[in-house]
Amino acid sequence: MYDPTVARLTYRALLGRRRAAILFVLPALLLLIAAAVRMFAGADDQVASNVLGGFAIATMVPLIGVIAGTGAIGPEIDDGSIVYLLAKPVKRPTIIFTKLIVAIAVTMVFSALPTLLAGLILNGNGQQIAVAYTIAALVASIAYSALFLLLGTVSRHAVVLGLVYALVWEALFGSLVAGARTLSVQQWSLAVAQKVAGDGAVTSEVGLPLATVLLVVVTAAATWYAGQKLRALKLAGEE
Amino acid sequence: MTTIEIDHTSRWFGNVVAVNDVSMTVGPGVTGLLGPNGAGKSTLINMMGGFLAPSTGKVTLDGRTIWRNEAVYKEIGIVPEREGMYDFLTGKEFVVANAELQGLGGAEAQRALATVQMEYAQDRKIATYSKGMRQRVKMASALVHEPSVLLLDEPFNGMDPRQRMQLMELLRRMGAEGRTVLFSSHILEEVEQLASHIEVIVAGRHAASGDFRKIRRLMKDRPHRYLVRSSDDRALAAALIADPSTAGIEVDLTEKALRIQAVDFGRFTELLPRVAREQGIRLLTVSPSDESLESVFSYLVAA
Repeated sequence: MYDPTVARLTYRALLGRRRAAILFVLPALLLLIAAAVRMFAGADDQVASNVLGGFAIATMVPLIGVIAGTGAIGPEIDDGSIVYLLAKPVKRPTIIFTKLIVAIAVTMVFSALPTLLAGLILNGNGQQIAVAYTIAALVASIAYSALFLLLGTVSRHAVVLGLVYALVWEALFGSLVAGARTLSVQQWSLAVAQKVAGDGAVTSEVGLPLATVLLVVVTAAATWYAGQKLRALKLAGEE
Repeated sequence: MTTIEIDHTSRWFGNVVAVNDVSMTVGPGVTGLLGPNGAGKSTLINMMGGFLAPSTGKVTLDGRTIWRNEAVYKEIGIVPEREGMYDFLTGKEFVVANAELQGLGGAEAQRALATVQMEYAQDRKIATYSKGMRQRVKMASALVHEPSVLLLDEPFNGMDPRQRMQLMELLRRMGAEGRTVLFSSHILEEVEQLASHIEVIVAGRHAASGDFRKIRRLMKDRPHRYLVRSSDDRALAAALIADPSTAGIEVDLTEKALRIQAVDFGRFTELLPRVAREQGIRLLTVSPSDESLESVFSYLVAA
């Protein structure tokens, strides 16, 4: 199911491109904000929760997920180099699964790790807030990677669509339309965080059982479908 | 013995028919897929390589369907036309990765790099390679697993004459070893020099098939048209029409030129300057008026 060669190529493609700069910029920004808030406002649980929920989980994690998820396959399909993976006796779902693992790993490293550090800076993990949001970031990394990997497989405009989902759907509609919040990776992952954190420190619009089911179903379905799409991927010729 | 069989295969994109009811069998040896740009060569190769489903018909490798069948890549090596190829890797890293994906390792990769004579630049990033070097590394990646079938889409595009000769030599050797080698080209001379068997595709249709002598004869025997201006058009016309290599001469008064139809290309090209010299006529313009590849192909289709 996992091909180390595909993984190696994917890691290098992801981290070697200029786009990868965002992977470093966003976490750096989060740490900077955390340090600044701590300096000016002191350690405050509510403020910590606002920063981690408002910037880390709502903005940074989905953006890193877009970069890693679509970047794990989109550019290869765009420039045609995916041919060298496809013209091999390697099962296409294996290629997708491997790329998913890589995307998840990259998203986790560049989003969950900074979230933990930022949480520690903000209030030293008071009320388990740092750990709770880190777990939310870890959980969200999996679902985002699967979703955006699928997007990268089916669309040439994956990055734009991913950004629209992450920023418009999750951030904007989520705050305006109550229903949109139920269909939001962010809320599902917050449901998991809610369980971990102290009373009322983290809130989610979705109950934990439903959130868990949705997370598992979305991740599995997106991965399976991406594998199917790759099996039938048509490489446009030059003509 | 590995054979690719294309059986009454069509492929359309929306309303556009790219390949129209083509049937052909590609067996061991070097086969050239010849046709003008946009004729459907790439579509056909993509179907043979399993990257495109036929809209109707069947494309098989020794009886096994190629589409959605990863197992065939143990026997097929593909050299795509597109340039995308993990530019951030070195040549060696790229070929090693391709070997690993075939379940092989560094030794096979090194052998393939030696085959295409790219060892000297194997540690440089692909991004720094010239077109010919990229083409050779692509070849190496397709050869790591010693495939019995090699598919190459416009492999000579952008190569200089020396690189072209090297690649031709390599493909010839592959063919002589009994591999099934198929390459596409829109340049007749390339195909003629290399392929023992030629398939001609024009506007999505299978226009001609056979050995190159037959196709060459068709190409040579077709009437050639020339536009000629000289110091004395009528005297030149009178002298030329006496020779059997010309089939018709028209005096075009508006253009102030002769329109000559030659049936024996070789003889006519030798006749024209000789006649002009003997008659003391100065040739001002000699230009072939239907030398475009499309006209050559449309002649082939009609034949």
